This record gives sequence, C-alpha cells and structure tokens, in this order.
Amino acid sequence: MLGWTLLASFALTTAAVAQSTSSFAINPPAAAAPPDDGQWAMPAKNYASTRYSELAEITEDNVKNLQVAFTFSTGVNKGQEAAPLVVGNTMYIVTPFPNILYALDLTKPGAPMKWKFEPNPEPAAQGVACCDVVNRGAAFFEGRIYFNTLDGHTIAVDAATGKPVWNTHIGNINIGETITMAPLVVKGKVLVGNSGGEMGVRGWIKALDAGDGHVVWTAYNTGPDAEVLIGPDFKPHYDMDKGKDLGVTSWPPDAWKIGGGNVWGWISYDPDLNLIFHGTGNPGPWNPDLRPGDNKWTAGIFARDPDTGAAKWFYQWTPHDLHDYDGINEQVLLDMTWQGKPRKVLVRPERNGYVYLLDRTTGEVLSAVPFGPVNSSTGVDLKTGRLIVNPDKKTGTGKVVRDICPTASGLKDWQPSAFSPKTGLLYIPHNNLCMDEEGVDVNYIAGTPYVGMNVRMIPGPGGNRGAFTAWDVAAAKPAWSLKENFPVWSGAVATAGNVVFYGTMEGWFKAVSARTGELLWQFKTSSGIIGQPITYRGPDGHQYVAILSGVGGWAGAIVSGDLDPRDATAALGFVNVMKDLKDVTTPGGTLYVFRLP
Amino acid sequence: MNRCLPCLLSAMLVLAACQREERETRPQSALGSGDQPAAVTALEPGGQRPTSSDNKAGVFEANAFHLSEGKRLFNWFNCSGCHANGGGGMGPALMDQKWLYGSSIESIHATIRDGRPNGMPSFRDTIPDDQIWELAAFVRALSGNAPSSAAPGRDDDMMPHPSENRLPDAATLGKSP
Repeated sequence: MLGWTLLASFALTTAAVAQSTSSFAINPPAAAAPPDDGQWAMPAKNYASTRYSELAEITEDNVKNLQVAFTFSTGVNKGQEAAPLVVGNTMYIVTPFPNILYALDLTKPGAPMKWKFEPNPEPAAQGVACCDVVNRGAAFFEGRIYFNTLDGHTIAVDAATGKPVWNTHIGNINIGETITMAPLVVKGKVLVGNSGGEMGVRGWIKALDAGDGHVVWTAYNTGPDAEVLIGPDFKPHYDMDKGKDLGVTSWPPDAWKIGGGNVWGWISYDPDLNLIFHGTGNPGPWNPDLRPGDNKWTAGIFARDPDTGAAKWFYQWTPHDLHDYDGINEQVLLDMTWQGKPRKVLVRPERNGYVYLLDRTTGEVLSAVPFGPVNSSTGVDLKTGRLIVNPDKKTGTGKVVRDICPTASGLKDWQPSAFSPKTGLLYIPHNNLCMDEEGVDVNYIAGTPYVGMNVRMIPGPGGNRGAFTAWDVAAAKPAWSLKENFPVWSGAVATAGNVVFYGTMEGWFKAVSARTGELLWQFKTSSGIIGQPITYRGPDGHQYVAILSGVGGWAGAIVSGDLDPRDATAALGFVNVMKDLKDVTTPGGTLYVFRLP
Repeated sequence: MNRCLPCLLSAMLVLAACQREERETRPQSALGSGDQPAAVTALEPGGQRPTSSDNKAGVFEANAFHLSEGKRLFNWFNCSGCHANGGGGMGPALMDQKWLYGSSIESIHATIRDGRPNGMPSFRDTIPDDQIWELAAFVRALSGNAPSSAAPGRDDDMMPHPSENRLPDAATLGKSP
C-alpha cells in the first residue's frame, strides 16, 4: 500500500477523543441565521447552512426515550435524499421521481395528508439521471413551496392549497439535463442549477422570479466571461483565476460547450455581503486527457451578487480535475477569529478530501486540512491556492491507476454536514473509499453519458466504508470520528440539546452526543437512510425529529436500481464496494417522525 | 488400421475447423431499416401467436465477429455509460435474468432502435441498423445467452467481470438446477 502518508499522520479513531480545548466563539452571521422559530423552511435550515436547531427539549439525557410519533409512505421506492420542510402546522415532502409533493397536517393525530401535488414529469428523464432519480428537497418562501422536477422544471405551489402557481421549463433532457437540487430562495429569486456532469452538460445557475417564474439571470460556469457573468466586479484572490475568458481558454477548442461545471448541490447566502455562494461540478468527461487545461470554472466555488448573478470571486478546489471531484458541497457561513483576527469565513468539507476555511469576502484559503485518507493530492499551496496533485495518482487514457483515495464520490459527496455553535464542531457524514481508474476514449453523443473512465471502488483504509466525523473548526482537526460499515450518505442535524442525528445505509437512525460522539439512541427504519434529518417544534409545542428512509442515490443505486454486483464497474464503479448492500436493505420510501413520550 | 484411427480423427477435426463462420465485414450502413414487430410481452389475449423471427436474427446471434463488433460498439455508442459493463447504473443491469422489454434478439433490437418509455433513448437515427443487430447480439451475450464459442473472450480494458464467453447463463448462474 503506497501513499498513505497523510493517513498515517491522521489516525481516525472510533472512540471519543478528548474535547477540543481551543476557545471558540464561532457563530453564523446573525443575518444568515436568525433566532430559531421552530420551523424548518429550507433544507439547510438557514442561509448560513448550519443545519442547527436551537430546540433543546430532546437532550443527551432523554434522547434514549425517543419514540415514533407517526410515519408516512411516500409511495416511491427510490433514493430519498430530500429534507422534509415544516412551516406553520404543515410538513412538506418532495419525493424522488415522479417528484410528488405532499403536505401533511401536523395538527391532527397521525399527521394525515392535507393535499398532494403531482407534477407528472416526463418518465424518459429517468434515463439521463446519473445517480438514481433523487430530489434533494423543496424550499418555502412567502406562502409558496418551490421545488424542481427531474425533467427540468421549477414549480411554485401554493403552500396552503397545493395548487400550482407557475411552472417554468429550464432543463432539456435531450442534452442530458436534469434537476435534482433543492432550490434556494433569496430576495424574491429562486436559485436553481442543473445536473448532468456525467452527460457533457454545460453547467449553469439561474435566478427565477419568485412571483411569476420568469428567468431573471443565467450564469454559465464555462465559456466566455459574458456568459459566466464575469465583469468589472470580479476579483478572484489567486492569480490562477485571473484573466480574460478563462472559461474558454482553459479548455481545448469548444470543449467548454460540453464541459460540465453543473450546480446540483448547495447554495448559501450572506445578506450582509449580499453574496450567494455556490459550487460547480466536475468537468466533463471524467477522462482528463480529453480536456487539457484548468477547465474553468468547474470544480470550484463562485460568490455572486444575487440580484444580477455577477461573479464577485471564484476559487477552484480542483483545477483540471482528475477524479470527478465535483465542487458542489455545502458551505457553512461562520464568523470567527482566525489567527488573532476576526474573519468572515465559510467552512467546507470538500469532495477532494479537505476541510477548507475560506474568507468569504475574498475567496482566500485560510486553511485546508484533510479530514480522512487522501493520496490523490498532498496538500493545498496556500500561496497560490492550488491543490498539489500527486502525480502517481494521475489518470489517463489506457492506464489503470490503483488505490486512489478518495474515490470519484469523494471523501464526502453531497451529504450535508451540520455545525453547532455550542460545541464549535462541524459534524461531517462522509465516505472512506478508494478506487482504481482507467481512462478510455469516449464519444460525445448528446443525451448520453460522457464519462470515459472505468472505475472500480474498494473500501478505504480500515475497511469501514463510511465515517461520521466531528471537526473542530477552530483547531482545524477532528475531535472524534465514528466508523460506519457503509458510506454515511445521509445528512446531519445538530441541536442545542447537544444531540446530533444521522442515518446509515443499513437503515439505522442514530442520535449521538454532540460532545463525544457516544451513541445515545438508535432506531432501525424500514430501508437504508440517505436523507436529511430535520427537527422542529410541533403544534403541541414539543420537539420532533424527522427523517426520510429509503435507500438509493449513487451509493445505494445497487439496491434502488437493482444493479448486478458481478460487474465491478456498475454505477460508475460504486457497485463494486457496495456488493453486500442488497443483503442488508431493500428499497423503500417512508417518513419517520420521532418525539419524546 | 488401429494406428491410423487417431490420425483420421484428428484429420477430421482439422477439416471441421476449416468450417469458419461467415463474416460480413461490411454490414449495411442504411439507417433505421427493419420495422418488424417485436413482442415485448408474452400476454396476448386470444392466445399466444407464433412470433415471426427476423431473418437477421440468425445471422447475427451466434456469430463471433458480430458479437465482438457489438462489444466494441457497446462502448462507442455510450451504452456502457448507462449500463456499465452489464451491471447497470443509470440504466438497468443487462447481465441478469430480468428482462423488462423482452429477451429475444428481436426485442432487444427494437428496444435499442425505438427506445423505451422509462429512459431508454431511441437510437433509430444514430446507429445503422446492422450495428443495432450487433449490439443486440452482444447484449444477449452479457447474460450468457450466446454460445461460448462465439462470445468475446477477453476485455481490452480493466476487467469488470469474467469475459463474456465465460459468463454463466444468468438464469442458472452456472449451477445445475
């Protein structure tokens, strides 16, 4: 085994490690994380994306008494990645394709259905969705629920009646575009991006008017500056991101037109700076030999003006990506003291294996430290901002490179982390996987995959395929880490009761101590969990915890798509490391809601 | 005479080996030919009718050249992008015994040509008809439904699974009942 140097100096442990002693006063900016009203109106809880609730009825001491309050079958047995929403006395759930939106009445026993809205998306869209037909949730804003459908529609629905208000078609399945992300509504604009990084789809983010659904602005993430909305206000921190039309010149001729850089993950918003922050996906195709250059503006992060879309700064996590390291993960906005100075930062556990701390006013990298085994790179040069790539793990046409860590699915994929200001810890659900890769030639045929890589994944060092790590943001090191047999593909939620919740792909819904990681309570749901837990105050004034159970997504595609484990390369190589998932869980789609007796 | 019997047998074997399969190295490139009906269900009210076999089926089904061409085209037309090397991904697995739209080469040909409603695209105007037949023949080989004497014997790339001529019939997985 070569190249475990970083791992060796890293030593993840199962047991609780000593509490961090560093003094922290790390809080999200007040404007982006207002005082908790007990609701859950967007998947990330607030614009700062903390996924932290101030509710404290459920504590470390009494969480062991949690009971099921009610359940609800979504009727769709595909990967349930969405976060339920709770606004007023109603819970809203959006399912995977066919993207049914349910409203449940929380005032009545058993939370019966209030209404459902069926958008009837085009079934053919299922054929261009790269990694199961998931949907990552809806968003509530001023009396309406906004959500996206797999076939490329953004829809506004009246939250009280379930009647559609507007429906805008913005994605084209015939070039491989789908929409799987949860929208974010900022200043009366619904922000939506496309998926399709495995289909040679050119990535964009659009702002739709919340009132009538018309497109206010569109920003592409490849191509000429004018289309990327790069203008005089664009001031990237690093030289590598400065220059004219880098979205064209950092590609072979015309390759940017089919170059990916999609926006299928998370957006945060800082009202004080009037900036939104969104990542960009992997460049296409995966085979890097077919696209020499830095491939701007893929696998990076943009800060944009939400009113106009104008880019303010950009930072590229992974220039000339070699391993499908999409840059779309969540960014948690925090204000903290860093090396003696107060800084407005964003913290970001990234797919390439590092927890980044960025100054969110400039895009400067303050620190980048691996949170698990990484051998595809050896660090981040803080002077140039550039990821230092390990040449031994460079992929290319006709070459099999073995034991690359992390995998294409990253040390952490889309599954969002949670931050507790009470502990100063970021709770990161993640993977522990490595892979073999072989670049192959690939033809671009619109609406079909454009990958050019044979992949075969294997368990990472230690054999546990997943982990749940609490990261001390101030000290930039792990406080504790729990091993999980399967990748932890669910999100996390942290609470003021010092309880953190997450789910496993076997179907366990777990509550652990926010301070030590000690397992306090667990409940076995009907299928594997890859959803986003939430917590809210019910109409009766009590605290509830909700999670959607239903395995799938890229990691669970072997079960939700009934794939054949005898092919090591199935599901872009993920099946090889999930061969036994079919033995422990079956497809499902059920909401579970818990409360204290 | 006794000494000559083995010689005679081996001579017969050599002669038999000369019976090489016929290879049409330049298949018709005409687009979208062949509109023969292909049943996708065994349920036919009024009693099952005999299905007419397309005369191309026999030409392509057990032919090593066409199977190896199908294997090459399976990557070239990005079939592998969705179905991987038979295990599936965005699309269903092809190496198992489950057939959503029929397992005959005619049904598979129709599936590739016309598409299917839950995500299978129609390649009618993208792939020449004879190459669709080659692909259909190879798809059957993925589940062990081609003679091992004709199925491809090696992978040029990273081994995803044993080569097609060693893959067991998906229905039995090589075990006797």
